[in-house]
Amino acid sequence: MTSTTELHAKSTTSSDNSFLQGVKDCVPTLLGYISIGLAFGVVGSASGMSVLEIALLTILVYAGSAQFIFCALLLTSSPASAIIVTIFVVNLRHLLMSLTLAPQFTRYSMLRNVGFGTLLTDETFGVAVTKQMQNGKLYGKWMDGLNITAYSFWILSCVAGAFLGQWVANPEKWGLDFALIAMFVALLVLQLSSVSKNKIVHYLMLIGYMAVSMYGLSYIVPSHVAVLLATIIVATIGVVTDK
Amino acid sequence: MTTTASMVWLIIGCALVTWLPRIIPFMFVRSVKLPDVVLKWLSFIPVCILSALVFENLLDTESKNFVTLDWPVFITFVPTLIIAIVTKSLSITVVAGVVIMAAVRFFM
Repeated sequence: MTSTTELHAKSTTSSDNSFLQGVKDCVPTLLGYISIGLAFGVVGSASGMSVLEIALLTILVYAGSAQFIFCALLLTSSPASAIIVTIFVVNLRHLLMSLTLAPQFTRYSMLRNVGFGTLLTDETFGVAVTKQMQNGKLYGKWMDGLNITAYSFWILSCVAGAFLGQWVANPEKWGLDFALIAMFVALLVLQLSSVSKNKIVHYLMLIGYMAVSMYGLSYIVPSHVAVLLATIIVATIGVVTDK
Repeated sequence: MTTTASMVWLIIGCALVTWLPRIIPFMFVRSVKLPDVVLKWLSFIPVCILSALVFENLLDTESKNFVTLDWPVFITFVPTLIIAIVTKSLSITVVAGVVIMAAVRFFM
């Protein structure tokens, strides 16, 4: 596969470990952050949260789906314990992502590792594992560039959304909600294009199992639980069926 | 620009339960050598989780009895996937996806 060879050749350039390269690699994901962040700000205001509360939630929780669910639960006046438990389950998938990335960073200090983990999101995970597959190695400075760019844009977008809510009352109309889905599609394709040819059939089969599991599980559990269960089940199938 | 103490505590509680799953593996993996089978299992996580996030959005679970395809999203997904495969570019895919989604919503 020529594209893979090119990508591997790229790994020798020194720019791949720089903070600036991390910032650059974050740029394609920003449209997703901005549109979802604005939408969240609007939803947050509509749920009766103040700008301060929206900012606090954004800065401290920093997880799109969890923030939206937080608003939904607030509106139905769920008890605090129920909100906290739900948020925990919604974000438990980050445990798998963190577990996947962590082995790449053992050469860095504990404090830096806590930093990498703190700013881990679906998007930064996707970009990082893709980078790792292409270059074979991940660097702390690059990760910081990626993480800090994503985190800043997320905070700015959510707060801007809280202020400008009335102007973008319907971000879906402009297709902006699809930015995130398109991003996951592209990251998935990039992952597969880095997989060696003899393994691609195995991976495509796993994606087929994912489709079936997600469909089946969606009947019995909420979608965020389905994401978690389907991933655990199919990754296990992956190990068992691997030759 | 106001809030209440109970709201702040609620947000802090939510922050803790989102933070811990994110950092614990980063703290723990340093001191433990993971067995090969676990590393192998972890190597399948990216593709599984990324496809889970895609499928989650393609399915419409709102209608109570049946899980169906979210048609506007699915119709947009097909050309977006093709564009992703052809261009292998994150930015082009995202921008094209948004434009196609807007067009689909406009005509449907």
